Amino acid sequence: MTVIDNHEAVGMEGVARLSEASARDYFELLKPRVMSLVVFTAFAGLVLAPGHINPFIGFIAILCIAVGAGASGALNMWYDADIDAVMSRTAKRPIPAGKILPQEALAFGLTLSAFSVIILGLAVNWLAAGLLAFTIFFYVVIYTMWLKRSTPQNIVIGGAAGAFPPMIGWACVTGAVSIESIVLFLITFLWTPAHFWALALFKMGDYGAVGVPMMPNVCGQATTKKQIVIYAVLTALIGICPTLLGFASIGYGLFATALGLGFVWYSIGVLRMPETDERMLPAKKLFAFSIMYLFVIFSALMADHLIVNVWLNAGSIA
Amino acid sequence: METVKLTDAQRKSRRGRNIALGFVLFGLVVLFYIVTLIKFGNGMAN
Repeated sequence: MTVIDNHEAVGMEGVARLSEASARDYFELLKPRVMSLVVFTAFAGLVLAPGHINPFIGFIAILCIAVGAGASGALNMWYDADIDAVMSRTAKRPIPAGKILPQEALAFGLTLSAFSVIILGLAVNWLAAGLLAFTIFFYVVIYTMWLKRSTPQNIVIGGAAGAFPPMIGWACVTGAVSIESIVLFLITFLWTPAHFWALALFKMGDYGAVGVPMMPNVCGQATTKKQIVIYAVLTALIGICPTLLGFASIGYGLFATALGLGFVWYSIGVLRMPETDERMLPAKKLFAFSIMYLFVIFSALMADHLIVNVWLNAGSIA
Repeated sequence: METVKLTDAQRKSRRGRNIALGFVLFGLVVLFYIVTLIKFGNGMAN
């Protein structure tokens, strides 16, 4: 027996609105692609941190960080449902597609947020849980509700939310925040503007239609392209900091330098792109390269860490 | 109390959501059980 609920769709007044949402639709609310990046960088923080963590506790840490990130994605979709419905990239998301009601997404997001933070605190430590709670708050309130629709610097400041996971992973192992974890944070933080503005360039029409003040729409293509190059250079520089600070080898430093030069190279390609270019291939190439860059730089850090550790262990045994 | 009859699609989607929720709840039970073992194990070792 099902009690009729109070939600009535437009044009369906008087007709009971019962959900046909599948579990998969709810999973889509978690932004799985963004979540995969968060899981990966959080795992990197966990691996790179000095000390030991029980593998199962480590698994729970990653699970909680992933669910927390997913919850903030659901809350973002709840708040942004109006503009998601207009933009081609987001129109098929569960809320604008009519599969899930906004208030269902809100309840889902809040529940998962609470569970992920509390379980991380109980199972791992409360500093990591506090950082996760702050990350969710930062993404939902500071970025989604405040910055996104009010300033072209939205993703520069809001990018911090996406940069916290390796710092949380580090805190899960060490119970502290250190200069090394801040460098891991800065890699993603400084990478975000070039990554997002490349997307914003070839999705200018979408963002313009919904009134989101992305950099290309507000300050123009020329300013955006210059800032992309500046942030690409900063990303390349921060990418070699692990070697300069002594927690990665010279081999990693050389690799990160080459990778950073690639990032700058693609950003210069965008700088040279004429404003009349409608296909914006260089921007699309930079966007694709930027995704690869983040995965590869964190993979390189982990590989370097494991190789150096194996080397040291072999040396100590000998 | 006013009630409605579910369509096949609604019944199917509700069943799917319930199964998923069941898995999540079972997963949480297992998770808390193992964490308790680990935490107690560490406590006793110390």
